[in-house]
Amino acid sequence: MTDNPDNPDNNEQPDDTTPPDGTATTPHSEQAALDARQSSRRKFLAGIGAVGVAGIGATLFETLRHTSPAKPSPLTKTQPSSGATTAQRGDGIVVLVTLYGGNDGLNTVVPYTNSTYASSRGDLAIRAEEVLVLDAELGLNPGLQGFKDLWDAKRLAVVRGVGYPNPNRSHFRSMDIWQSGIPDRVETTGWLGRWLDSTDHDPMLGLAIGTTLPLALRGKIASAAVVPPGRFALPASPTLDTSFRSMASIASSDTSLRGALANANHDLITVQQRLANIDNADAAQPSLEQGPTPNTANGLSAQLDVVAKAIRNNSPTRVYSVSLGGFDTHATERAAHIELHHTLGDAVARFLKQLDGRPEAANVAVLIYSEFGRRVAANASGGTDHGTAAPVFVAGPRVHGGFYGEQPNLTDLDQGDLKYNTDFRSVYATLLDRVLDTDPNKILATTTRPLPFL
Amino acid sequence: MDTTRRDVALLYRRFAFGATAAELDAAQAHGYDSTITTLLTFGDGGPADAAPPTLRPDQPVPTDPNARKTFLQARAADTKALQDWWLRRMITSPVPATEKLAWYWHGHFATAVSKVQAPSLMLGQNMLFRSIGAGPFRDLAQAVAKDPAMLVWLDSNSNVKAHPNENFARELMELFTLGIGNYSEDDVKEAARCFTGWSYNRDTASFQLRPERHDNGSKTVLGHTANLGGEDVIDVVAASTTGAAFVTARLWSHFAYPIDAADPIVSTIVAMKPATVADTLRAIAQHPQFRSDATHNALIKQPIEWLVGALHALGVAYDPKFSAILQRLGQVPFDPPNVAGWPQNLYWVSTASALTRLAGASQIAAAADLHAVIAAPVAQRPTACARLLGINEWSTATEAALATASADPRALVALALCSPDYVLN
Repeated sequence: MTDNPDNPDNNEQPDDTTPPDGTATTPHSEQAALDARQSSRRKFLAGIGAVGVAGIGATLFETLRHTSPAKPSPLTKTQPSSGATTAQRGDGIVVLVTLYGGNDGLNTVVPYTNSTYASSRGDLAIRAEEVLVLDAELGLNPGLQGFKDLWDAKRLAVVRGVGYPNPNRSHFRSMDIWQSGIPDRVETTGWLGRWLDSTDHDPMLGLAIGTTLPLALRGKIASAAVVPPGRFALPASPTLDTSFRSMASIASSDTSLRGALANANHDLITVQQRLANIDNADAAQPSLEQGPTPNTANGLSAQLDVVAKAIRNNSPTRVYSVSLGGFDTHATERAAHIELHHTLGDAVARFLKQLDGRPEAANVAVLIYSEFGRRVAANASGGTDHGTAAPVFVAGPRVHGGFYGEQPNLTDLDQGDLKYNTDFRSVYATLLDRVLDTDPNKILATTTRPLPFL
Repeated sequence: MDTTRRDVALLYRRFAFGATAAELDAAQAHGYDSTITTLLTFGDGGPADAAPPTLRPDQPVPTDPNARKTFLQARAADTKALQDWWLRRMITSPVPATEKLAWYWHGHFATAVSKVQAPSLMLGQNMLFRSIGAGPFRDLAQAVAKDPAMLVWLDSNSNVKAHPNENFARELMELFTLGIGNYSEDDVKEAARCFTGWSYNRDTASFQLRPERHDNGSKTVLGHTANLGGEDVIDVVAASTTGAAFVTARLWSHFAYPIDAADPIVSTIVAMKPATVADTLRAIAQHPQFRSDATHNALIKQPIEWLVGALHALGVAYDPKFSAILQRLGQVPFDPPNVAGWPQNLYWVSTASALTRLAGASQIAAAADLHAVIAAPVAQRPTACARLLGINEWSTATEAALATASADPRALVALALCSPDYVLN
């Protein structure tokens, strides 16, 4: 029903053209943050309740752009970072691309002239004539033409040898470490979730495309909304619709599981409404440059298309999450791994092409990472076992392309695995500082120096 | 206040997939302890259990393009038949605790058809959970280690002396028996050597030890040094106190509420030296803490518990189209996301799951026999709906919302299925 533009419920018209007063300061305690959440929710409900007849198209963009309670974020107002010189502070957007399974870093950024690499990998080694050459020593996996184009445009940072102390070779523990941003203890919030906690808790501020919420975007108080890549509309029974809205109308201050369930219902109403507005706005836009057509069934591209649509229609969202699985290549890795990189490279290239030159995407940064790399030596089944340090990629219109970090030494190993030289938190710190305008040390609970790729 | 009905409903939700109103009436009459005895019965349900589907044997994918296409379609149909069968059995089994425990082991030894690529092997593993899942844990661990689906899932065939593959050895320690922090990287590497040569023989569809691939050297695993084989490693880890605590904590976490292995509840139960998993489960149900407020509302129904519980309570026959709800909620039987199985609680809370539950609840309510609700006066319908779904009483907020839907019994029941009260387990 909410797809119907004639339904007045579609036409959200918030009653407020400034950020809520309570959001101009950073909450100093959980209670303050909870209060801010309630305040934000109440304001938003007031907005939904004020059913208006705002048109779609340009008028609606303006509405969305300037009246969202989430923008600018409180930290933007109170804590501009000192080194910043860009004109659009506060508009930065992080797109997290998680590669599940442990991407083989050595077959991603390939040391194609290194004889140890060739001998350790045997038939699994990517040969010199196959790589997409980056320099005299390193080249990209042949599937990553999309990344090579970004590299040539100097918009791809390749951060080498990224890891953390005492590497853990369990997928689950290591992914938790990467997503929490806390390597030395079990932590139930994610690094971007803690950033969401530091904001005014608009449920649109973080969107995870998929079916479940990744730890990275889970906060103590605020979490990203999860949006399935397909149709996102409430079922069309009038009584159910009305009574569900009634049940979901009040946000819960209860921190128990019951409160979390109540708030998920509440956020669903909010997010579904606003994404419907975005769909309507998008339909009214002139046809878009879609970027290179992805290969068939590129699930990552379908996810990134949702992100691109939200960005070009000025969604207040500051952090997005998408993912690609299948990187746990213990056996017959070669062809499958190249194909995965085709999927990855094509999807990211298409995404950035769709946003090319658009002012609302001027400070988009795409972070591509996995929970670990793999062993230097191939195993007997044409695959690789769980390893440690690996490259991380950051792409975007403001990214200073090039290499960062050192290429790990293939002969100076720790139990057969590469030694990291760049802490993953320095990558996060860069994005928190330069894209999300937040003091990284507060989020990461450590002193971490940003890298100069942004 | 007599909490018997509330507490037997808890038993049915945790050790089965919920109860019908009639089942709760009977359980309430029998009392809590007697319900533990009858409910925690493990074994075959006989002819009343849905019979497993006949599946094609595991065979290589043909190379000819047409034959390949036919083969893959048939295999996908077998996978769907397998999933539909288990869901139907969960809903209708006369021994639902057997199905609930099999479901638990499926998450504990999480194995996915998306990699195993052989529905017949997945069925074999599932029957193992059903036949010996309530017995001694050591026996189950030994059998699962040689189970064909597990051998394929964790790459046993590529675990050879010259290049040990650590996948099984690592997950055995981390996820199946000991837990992280209770073994070293060296233990993993050494244990992997013990399992070299363990393989799956497709021709016989069974385990085979290939002596030429096995490392007969001396290995040291968790302080034991000898020419150990795989069975020795499993005996060491499954018989250890650490292992007993780990498994007990996992069982308590899934049937009662999340705890870690250091919790005093764990040492209390381990000290009772339960001989079998069934004994451990009875100890959990009889533990005073199980009936306490700490357990009520401490878990969220996972998607399968939510769907199966609703269909069972409302007397809805399983329709294969219902599996699409599980797909969208992210929990499909025989296809866990990874070897750690499905996480609990907040993992299942999001805007996307709220929406899918809403759409799924409409489908379920549309197929349900709601005469008990329809027959009630409009003002009494939320209470009639609570009785139907095994809810003791609605929270104030839910009751107010349900009142707005009372005139439309299908909307009322659908809404109730999406309420925090019902989604909590």
